[in-house]
Amino acid sequence: MSTPRPRPPARRTLRRLPLNAAAALTVVVCLFPVYWMVTTAFKPSTDIQSYDPRLVPGAWTFEHFRKAVGADGFALFWRNSILVTLSAVLLALLVALGAAYAVARMRWRGRRQFMLAVFVAQMAPWESLIIPIYIISRDTGMLDRLVTLTLIYFMITLPFTVVVLRGFIAGIPPELEEAAQVDGCTRAGAFRRVAFPLLAPGLMATSLFGFITAWNEFTYANFLIIKQQDSRTLPVWLSSFQSTFGTDWGATMAASTLFALPALIVFLALQRHVTAGLASGGVKG
Amino acid sequence: MSTVRERSVPRGAAGRGTLWPYLLIAPAVLGMLYLLLYPLARAVLISLQDFRLRQLVLGDADFVGLRNYRTLLGDPEFWEVVRRTFVFMAVEVVAIMVLSTLVALMTERLGRVARTVVLSSLVLVWAVPVVAATTVFQWLFHSEFGIVNKVLTGLGFASYEGYPWFAHGAAASGIVVVLIVWQSVPFAAITLYSALVTVPAELYESARMDGAGAARVFRSVTFPLIRPIFMLVLSLEVIWTFKAFVQIWVMTRGGPGEATTILPVYAVQTALARQRYDLGSAASMLTVLLMSGVLVLYFRQLFRQEGEQP
Repeated sequence: MSTPRPRPPARRTLRRLPLNAAAALTVVVCLFPVYWMVTTAFKPSTDIQSYDPRLVPGAWTFEHFRKAVGADGFALFWRNSILVTLSAVLLALLVALGAAYAVARMRWRGRRQFMLAVFVAQMAPWESLIIPIYIISRDTGMLDRLVTLTLIYFMITLPFTVVVLRGFIAGIPPELEEAAQVDGCTRAGAFRRVAFPLLAPGLMATSLFGFITAWNEFTYANFLIIKQQDSRTLPVWLSSFQSTFGTDWGATMAASTLFALPALIVFLALQRHVTAGLASGGVKG
Repeated sequence: MSTVRERSVPRGAAGRGTLWPYLLIAPAVLGMLYLLLYPLARAVLISLQDFRLRQLVLGDADFVGLRNYRTLLGDPEFWEVVRRTFVFMAVEVVAIMVLSTLVALMTERLGRVARTVVLSSLVLVWAVPVVAATTVFQWLFHSEFGIVNKVLTGLGFASYEGYPWFAHGAAASGIVVVLIVWQSVPFAAITLYSALVTVPAELYESARMDGAGAARVFRSVTFPLIRPIFMLVLSLEVIWTFKAFVQIWVMTRGGPGEATTILPVYAVQTALARQRYDLGSAASMLTVLLMSGVLVLYFRQLFRQEGEQP
């Protein structure tokens, strides 16, 4: 193995061959399923159901996308997903901003305990709470309603949002706000005019992660929306897509692509933030 | 870092003795109480009641003490599920940690362009939604037109022609494991990589000058330095694989037979498919209990990382 980056002469290049081969293998293993999803979505059905698969589509078609978009309720489920996701993220941001400010900027009894509770809440066993939440929602007439999903996604994303925003707020020197207060701003005014603009990148990053979590959530959407098919969201729609369309893998892959696209775009836009310091946040995309 | 932060907290009148901080955290606390603590308490209660379809409709559940737990613990099928959960978890976690450590070590040694390409593909995999990835894997392993069977047949393994992966327990389990590992490696690899780049290059130099080989350098220089992050990732992966639900539910519903039924799947099936909400809740609570041991390890590591905060 070579030391980090002096310019490689030819001999070096040869020695680095196994390393680069391993890198190429990693990239192929990572990308192939995604590549296969997208190309299947663009292949004509005759190519998909052929016994002689082609790595690169011979012909391209939008037929499958037309079928997926034209499927029953696609626009409705898309709207539901957007609605639930955005309201959950906005609610979480609003609530987390207040809590994070209190933790980062004020001294009060119970601060440590509150942060501990937030850290515990972040690891909440959501998979094990399906049964009681189903029963509670049923008892209170909250089944089949998007509000229920919104509240749950809000709670799933809230702890992470508090943790990250606390870090961002603590990183802004309080002297800036104090100076504004000396100049006659109220404490809230000082925060809004001075700290808030500096917080924009933090708000952006956390809200995008919240977006992905809520956008992808399947379990609660699946078990809390039962009778009212009009309240379903995209992940549930996709999981039942196959039973509706049977063996039409072209349309199924087109639907997967359409569903994955927003998350992929958000993630790639976020890439720089993704690689830094997520271990302590414990975020699973 | 935290000590500096503590001291720089303004000590003005607004910071002490007022209601403001409590008003600011009130919505978050209310959310945690109603949406987390209450459901958890309710789950514990249900697991101590006789709660079936009748009680769901009429709401007159009787308290039965630990009967549901006794029923579960006396059921060999439940123990089989527990054993299966641990086997799945162990295989997945070992695969994830080994692969992601190798990928992280490799990425660190790559040139700038190759490193960007590898990191970007890892991020891309990370971003693929679970349900979409699961659907794609079903297509990859499709018996008749799936690319995997075609490649295997093409390589001369004629027995894979039209091989129905999801009809055989071992094969379906294998696919579930591959899917979960494929989805989990990016997070682990990227996190380990960002820990690796903080190791000062001079340490490697001096270790190598002392004549240490690559394996030796890793064992006595690299690993001790990234150990805290490694343990953090390890405990997160243990927790995440232990409660992997969506992949299995969407792909196999726990089948074929019981082959991929792990604890979270078993709990939901018992409760929502067989209407034994009491037994399902008890199974969920046992799952939480089993996970909490690992959680304690995770929190200890996390707080050591955080300094004396929170």
